[in-house]
Amino acid sequence: MSHPTQSAPHHRDFAGTPANVAVRTVPIAHCGFEAKVKVAGSGPPLLYLHSAGGPGWDVFLDALAEHHTVYAPDHPGTGDTARDAIHDVDTLWDLVLIYDEILDALGLTSVSVVGTSYGGMMACELAAHRPDRVSRLVLLDPIGLWRDDAPVAPYMLLSPEQLVATLFTNLEAAPVQEFLKMPSDPKELAVRTADTIWSLGCTGKFVWPIPDKGLRKRLHRITAPALIVWGKEDALISPVYAQEFAGRIAHARVEIIEGAGHVPQWEQFDRVRPLVLDFLDGRG
Amino acid sequence: MRVTSFHFMPYRELPEDFTERYSSSFVEAPWWELGDADKVGQFYDWSLDELMHAARLGFDGVGTNEHHQNVYGFMCNPNLFGAVMAKMTRDEGIDVALVQLGATLAATSPPIRIAEEYAVLDCLSGGRLVAGLPLGLGVDANVSYGITPIEQRSRWREAIDLMVRAWTAKEHFAWNGKHYQLPRVNLWPRPVQDPHPPLLVPGAASSSTWDYCHDRDLPYAYLSYFGGRSAQAVMDRFWDRAEAKGRDRNPYRASFLQLVGVAETDEQAEVQYAKHLEFFYHKLLNVPQTLLSPPGQSDYRSLLNLLSTNLIGHDVTTGLSAKEMIERGFAVVGSPATVRDQLTEMAARLNVGHLMVVLQFGSMPHDMAMTNIDLFAAEVLPALQRLYPEDQYENRWWPRRLTKTPAGGAR
Repeated sequence: MSHPTQSAPHHRDFAGTPANVAVRTVPIAHCGFEAKVKVAGSGPPLLYLHSAGGPGWDVFLDALAEHHTVYAPDHPGTGDTARDAIHDVDTLWDLVLIYDEILDALGLTSVSVVGTSYGGMMACELAAHRPDRVSRLVLLDPIGLWRDDAPVAPYMLLSPEQLVATLFTNLEAAPVQEFLKMPSDPKELAVRTADTIWSLGCTGKFVWPIPDKGLRKRLHRITAPALIVWGKEDALISPVYAQEFAGRIAHARVEIIEGAGHVPQWEQFDRVRPLVLDFLDGRG
Repeated sequence: MRVTSFHFMPYRELPEDFTERYSSSFVEAPWWELGDADKVGQFYDWSLDELMHAARLGFDGVGTNEHHQNVYGFMCNPNLFGAVMAKMTRDEGIDVALVQLGATLAATSPPIRIAEEYAVLDCLSGGRLVAGLPLGLGVDANVSYGITPIEQRSRWREAIDLMVRAWTAKEHFAWNGKHYQLPRVNLWPRPVQDPHPPLLVPGAASSSTWDYCHDRDLPYAYLSYFGGRSAQAVMDRFWDRAEAKGRDRNPYRASFLQLVGVAETDEQAEVQYAKHLEFFYHKLLNVPQTLLSPPGQSDYRSLLNLLSTNLIGHDVTTGLSAKEMIERGFAVVGSPATVRDQLTEMAARLNVGHLMVVLQFGSMPHDMAMTNIDLFAAEVLPALQRLYPEDQYENRWWPRRLTKTPAGGAR
């Protein structure tokens, strides 16, 4: 099965895909998915899984690419992939197998995996499914567990204004400001808005209506050392979840970041960057 | 033209500061602060009386629908109310269509439950059912019933196929769908109408839904609350899509919903209906867009279409008085002559053969609703029913038993 990628509108992300980032087309047998993987940098391979808001290139990815070859696949239906591709990915199992096959296609037997928010959940799912394939795991405010006393915010139901207020505590941080900049051209703005909403819908397929799809039972399978980074003021997913993840992963370390909400790698970039890079280098 | 008296069955009493206190009329308005079960019983009873009144006065159809966890309209299952109407109209020998607009297939599991219920209504009414196939609001299907937004549309499509096959199959079959699996289907009962009741697809300006209708030769009901003027752009695009798909401009392909208030004079009507209109538009229609349609619920093409053409959000009612809303044509309110003229003009301009009128809206009390129905039936309905005569415009989307043409049988 093939997807008419030419029908997918050109993706415009908040930072604009820089010239040093290549987009590689990777056809996958599972679900007939034609994956699109952003590739940048040099060094040991690293898989980066983006958040529910969609793939975009940011300063944190630049930092990772300074020391690693970064592979950042677009979630099915988002970024450069065909919008309707999501309809062929029926279950979370399908999605995990897609990531497994993307690693096959890229010739990567073992990689570090960094995931933010929704991408953090997918990083855990991949590492639980194929513990042998994941050498190090970095989770930035991951979704995927549920506590009745600390419910995850219903982020898909929030207005754009409410969502921004829920995501960030440090709005002044330069990467946050960069993200909040909207295109002035009405047509570009419509595409950007539609892409963001659709991305929430495509990722929401695997977490709706409660983001608790059994990961709790699978986390024990993860063997890679894990760094769990959490914004202390995260209003979307409470930092109490840091210990919920850490308690179930054999080798996990937690770093709580002051002055950060749901996106600590933007809100406290200078603090998070060395933490993550050192950990990936085996120094953490 | 076919005219249906449509009812939302709203909660008719809400506090003055409802909008300040609660962010949405759906999901967020708490039962434990606002709801009164005894009053609800009264509201249901009045609403059924109002529908029966319309049926007795010669409307072509009576209409009900489905919503959840809200004060806007709380028929959790329209077929409960359709069953009451089927029995009462049968007993009185009233040839009126039951327009179920309808039960939401995508939020019902398994959806053959609705195939069964619709068949019950068709049997009990002797073949007077119009089977509405709403996709359903996201707030209902996704939030109240937990259906994954991005799957709602494909569940809906599969459910329609399953329902039609369950109604018509002459053998047992197994259904191995993407969303539903059933080992052995042999539906009991089946509808009276052969091969099945006419289908009707309601929508809220999604281009995917128009294409679905034209691909399958199904009629479309545009559920707008902003009147015929604001509907022009939407209906023009609907007819453009019809042409692109090789369909004719038969007005019976289209249906339009309209709030209507009739009184002796324009001035009297404006005064009389003002606060009930404001109650409807300000309190009951207050639902944030992200709650109404969570991400994924609208498919990408429709979403981009809506964002690009600015069809979302331009009909803001916040701060508008009833007078302004009437001037903008959201509601058709006036003397019998005014209402007749406006609806006739609208039917011609939008090219719609089916009209669904809402004659009780918001906080309107029972006696006022009954009088509104009386006036409409006596002074407006006959003129509308003469539009688009069915010996000139074939209406293939209405129960055959109720067809007005000689070939279709007696009415």
